[in-house]
Amino acid sequence: MCLAVPGKISAIDGRSATIDYGGGLTRPAALDLIPDARVGEYVLVHAGYAISRLDDEEAEETLKLIREMGHPDA
Amino acid sequence: MPEPGAFRDPELARKLAARIRALAEKLGRSVALMEVCGTHTVAIARSGLEGLMPGSLRLVSGPGCPVCVTPQGEIERAMAAARLADVTLATFGDMLRVPARGGSLESARSAGADVRMAYSPREALDVARAEPNRQVVFVGVGFETTIPAFAATVLEAREAGVGNFSVLPGFRLVPPALQAVLASGPAIDGFILPGHVSAILGTEPYAIIPDSGRAAVVAGFEPLDLMLAAEMLLAQLAEGLPRVEIGYRRAVRPEGNPEARRLIERVFEPADAGWRGIGVLPKSGLAFREEFREFDAARRFGLATPEVADPEGCRCGEVLTGRVAPKECPLFGDVCTPEDPVGPCMVSSEGCCAARYRYGVEGTSRR
Repeated sequence: MCLAVPGKISAIDGRSATIDYGGGLTRPAALDLIPDARVGEYVLVHAGYAISRLDDEEAEETLKLIREMGHPDA
Repeated sequence: MPEPGAFRDPELARKLAARIRALAEKLGRSVALMEVCGTHTVAIARSGLEGLMPGSLRLVSGPGCPVCVTPQGEIERAMAAARLADVTLATFGDMLRVPARGGSLESARSAGADVRMAYSPREALDVARAEPNRQVVFVGVGFETTIPAFAATVLEAREAGVGNFSVLPGFRLVPPALQAVLASGPAIDGFILPGHVSAILGTEPYAIIPDSGRAAVVAGFEPLDLMLAAEMLLAQLAEGLPRVEIGYRRAVRPEGNPEARRLIERVFEPADAGWRGIGVLPKSGLAFREEFREFDAARRFGLATPEVADPEGCRCGEVLTGRVAPKECPLFGDVCTPEDPVGPCMVSSEGCCAARYRYGVEGTSRR
């Protein structure tokens, strides 16, 4: 029930946004919970509402962290 | 944004698995980690992650499946609402098949009640606008991830003057449940915290976990997210420094989503709530504030919540708090299956019994 789907905001009309989920799939979502969201930003959508922004740099940082992990000297 | 598959990279998964094994060896004792969230339970079962985990590491499911913790009396209250004349009952798909006395919402629908599945409360508000002669009632279940959507929809209904939309509130809050697990539960060394609940709450409410000497990491839902969380938890334990960390930084900020919390607080106030198999936990649910009581369907239609004992033999309550593994319930897989479920842990696709049954992981732990 806490599944949220990542998508990119492709248009905003008032408090509604069009979310592009890739592969030609777009759906509307409400922006009430992230009122200052902008076109081009990635968000997580749950139950018809964008609930959180997705941060591109943090995503890359996390992957980099894993890539650069050494084998622990246990 | 990285490719969608980036957080499923098999090479990075092997690397994390090696780290996890080495840390587990270093700890040199058995470790139990609880994934609190039902969506994590499914992600773990589906990905087969447990096969990559060392034998000394046990994963335990927690109370984070909203359908599973909804008391049977609330299902019966929803069925009573569905049987009222002119009522259209909307709810999330997982709620339809939960068995109660007199059937389920699905059987009420077969008997002629207007019960519809919806993905969003906003869809139900649209139905209310389009069908002004119907009373549209949404059976609201969910945790902090889902509650802001209901708060925003109620505010929109108020703004637009929609008089035929209401909600049967069955919301529950994660931190009081964690507190109950900490107080009475089994020996858990660390918590894999729910990523999307935390996107709303931030990390502050979890301070109770390290205060009790346990490790805590907020995790995402991809295989690498979950493995990273396990790695971070073991590292905390190896260092002897339990704290709350975020392993899902692309989606979760330490402060959470303050606007979402503001909307929740505007519409709802904390209230005691019953958790199936656990009992009533103080301030673990939400009630409409006086100013929004007209949106409370229980009040609008005078619907009571009957006290119902859990089905005989069903150990969902103990399963939900990690005290008993699904396989240890005598009904599991025999009397109780996803096709013919006895308890809610087998009904909800996120219930740990259903996940265990479907993905074929057996044993007293998950191995």
